[in-house]
Amino acid sequence: MRILGHKPSLSAWIGILIVGAFIAAAIFAPFIAPFTESEKVAKTWSPPTSEFLLGADNIGRDLFSRMVYGARTTIGVALATTILSFIIGLSLGLWAAVGGKLVDQVLSRFVDVMLSIPLLVFALIILSMFGSSIPTLIITIAILDSTRVFRLSRAVAMNLVVLEYVEAARLRGEGLWWIMRREVLPNAMPPMISEFGLRFCFNFLFVAGLSFLGLGIQPPLADWGGMVRDNGKAISFGLLAPLWPAMAIAAMTVGVNLVVDWILSINARPSGASAEM
Amino acid sequence: MTDNILKIRNLRIEAISGAVLVDDVSLELRPGEVLGLIGEGGAGKSTIGLASMAYARAGCKITGGTVEIEGQNIRAISADGRRKVRGEHIAYVAQSAAASFNPAYRIIDQICEMPVLHGQMNKTDARAWAIELFRALDLPNPEKFGERYPHQVSGGQLQRAMAAMAMSCKPEILVFDEPTTALDVTTQIEVLALIKKLIREFHTAALYISHDLAVVAQVADRIMVLRGGKTVEIGETAQVLHEPKTDYARALVAERKAADKISTHRAVAHENAILTVSDAVGLYESFVAVKNVSISVARGETVAVVGESGSGKSSLARLIVGLLPRSSGSVKFDGQELSPALKDRPRDQLRRIQLIYQQPDVALNPRQTIGEIIGRPVEFYFKKSPAEVAERVRSLLNQVGLPEDYAKRLSTALSGGQKQRICIARALAAEPDIIICDEPTSALDQLVADEILKLLGRLQEELGVAYLFITHDLGIVRRISHRTAVMLRGELIADGPTAEVFALPFHPYTERLLSSVPELRIDWLDEVLTKRKAEA
Repeated sequence: MRILGHKPSLSAWIGILIVGAFIAAAIFAPFIAPFTESEKVAKTWSPPTSEFLLGADNIGRDLFSRMVYGARTTIGVALATTILSFIIGLSLGLWAAVGGKLVDQVLSRFVDVMLSIPLLVFALIILSMFGSSIPTLIITIAILDSTRVFRLSRAVAMNLVVLEYVEAARLRGEGLWWIMRREVLPNAMPPMISEFGLRFCFNFLFVAGLSFLGLGIQPPLADWGGMVRDNGKAISFGLLAPLWPAMAIAAMTVGVNLVVDWILSINARPSGASAEM
Repeated sequence: MTDNILKIRNLRIEAISGAVLVDDVSLELRPGEVLGLIGEGGAGKSTIGLASMAYARAGCKITGGTVEIEGQNIRAISADGRRKVRGEHIAYVAQSAAASFNPAYRIIDQICEMPVLHGQMNKTDARAWAIELFRALDLPNPEKFGERYPHQVSGGQLQRAMAAMAMSCKPEILVFDEPTTALDVTTQIEVLALIKKLIREFHTAALYISHDLAVVAQVADRIMVLRGGKTVEIGETAQVLHEPKTDYARALVAERKAADKISTHRAVAHENAILTVSDAVGLYESFVAVKNVSISVARGETVAVVGESGSGKSSLARLIVGLLPRSSGSVKFDGQELSPALKDRPRDQLRRIQLIYQQPDVALNPRQTIGEIIGRPVEFYFKKSPAEVAERVRSLLNQVGLPEDYAKRLSTALSGGQKQRICIARALAAEPDIIICDEPTSALDQLVADEILKLLGRLQEELGVAYLFITHDLGIVRRISHRTAVMLRGELIADGPTAEVFALPFHPYTERLLSSVPELRIDWLDEVLTKRKAEA
């Protein structure tokens, strides 16, 4: 079977399966989960039974159902964040590369300042100031993350704007918007797509991390980072409750990375055509 | 009859995509003999050169045949065994010396590395031998030359240093892969003479790879003509030059001969100038790239600007189109003064001056279809409807000799010549008065380049467009230009009708330039060198 015109390797298949399973869980959550994410159905930390597949959590909600709904919030928030971050970072990165020295200096130095402040500290300050609703969470992480996207897209675009087809467009008298959108962007896509996978992983871990600290997604919404925190104490009673969401976080990260590695290898693979005769 | 020192039998090389790069090629080399490999890009010359050391580039694979060096099939032995043979018995001189030296080490250290590694000499002997090689190669101040870093010497000197590196283990066979192609003509002649001397002095056998028949004719005893990975013809140099047996070899020879003549042009009145540059000065930071250059181009006229690399000819083109800011002087287009900066020029002025680049590969956006590329100027300058644009694209494709259905394709799969045709179509789409051609054929093979020149000539007759043609190739100048300007270090040293510039009395530099262009005669190199020695 071929995906995007290429044959996935074995590790890529594993990654595609993991990511596909979680995304399916996120989309079809209400049909898969036997209970809703907030109803109390059992005693605190009841052990797994045939009814409660993974047992219950710290206040007696079905862990399996919360895992399924958790996929929805955690992956959804991370995805929305990454998309927004790419819209901001990519357009500013291209603008910096195409728009001339002054634009580049102003944008780049501003980003340098942003980058000099530790990400987590920055996020904690903003979220404690504005409170952590899902929109603030997404916008905050997206803006912070877009600085990284900016750096890469600017570097990629810088190598493209010196090419003669871009010069030809300038000589024709084309405006900045055309040059960014039609000449540079399509050629910057391959590295940016693999970067998207990587940034998604970081954002996903970051959302989970913030939730673990209590500043991310708020109860009663289920999310994997928050579930690790809520059930953390169970570990001292020898219960597996906090390990399920932790494992989901790990599996999702590994899965996305396997897919990204494969996408990167497509871009880097030497082809017969590129070898000089 | 001595034994063959290198014997290649039924060599077959494939790319991983499955394409056959070299198909059933056999050759042999006697001690001290030079075999020239000639062919166009993609003929498999370099691939064969590397395969003679049982080496294949990334993406290629030797899939059949034997390579025997001194009776030993080196394809059959271990990688360690091959490593011993390479360098000691056979060595390689690449096209780009600058890319082959490590910029972080002194030249002499890189040259001594090989004999020491192969256990042939100790470090002191290796240094002494390297200095001797520098002397044999006429490098300035041979005792001190090696102490320099690669970026501190000129391109021609570095190419010679690379020949010294290849000779450092005294191999019996050398493989020269276009060693002079990247050099200017006046440097090429020196390097060529020294390579010839080196091969004779040390009685080394050599494979000499080149696309220029005239260059190969100077050094090779025999010539092998290759095309598409297959042997077309092999024979003594004189026989291939004078009585080629195959049609393809005949075409190559005829094409190369045409470059040596000045063609007779229909006259074009030099009044009615469309472009007039007067006393223009162009600066890169504080470096003066263009010094007080004055030149004019009339409607429908071809003006060639020739010079070697660094002479400022491309800078002149960039100054005219507004990419290189001019600090003084004036550029007038159709009577109007052109603003020095690109962004201050009105759209109509931009439309009427078009540029064609040297590398068609990077001049076309790989993510746009050919229809989009050619159609954009039509849409942009003339505000035509999509249907009118499509119609115009079809007629432009016809005009440059490409099929109409190319409009929907991407340019990436096309050959260099076809890509250059698309660049020409894009320039024509703007209906310009003048097209500035910056070495438009130097990245192309001879026969393809010839087609492009013919196309440009035909378009000029049909549309009356003027060309400012920037080139280092005097053969092209003589064939296509009405007027010629010669540039040297940013200055214009000669300017006039082509026949006059290339007739006595010459400017000394023009003469040097002219006499350095290889001619298709076996004894040309010796003749020129003897003549120059007599003059000096």
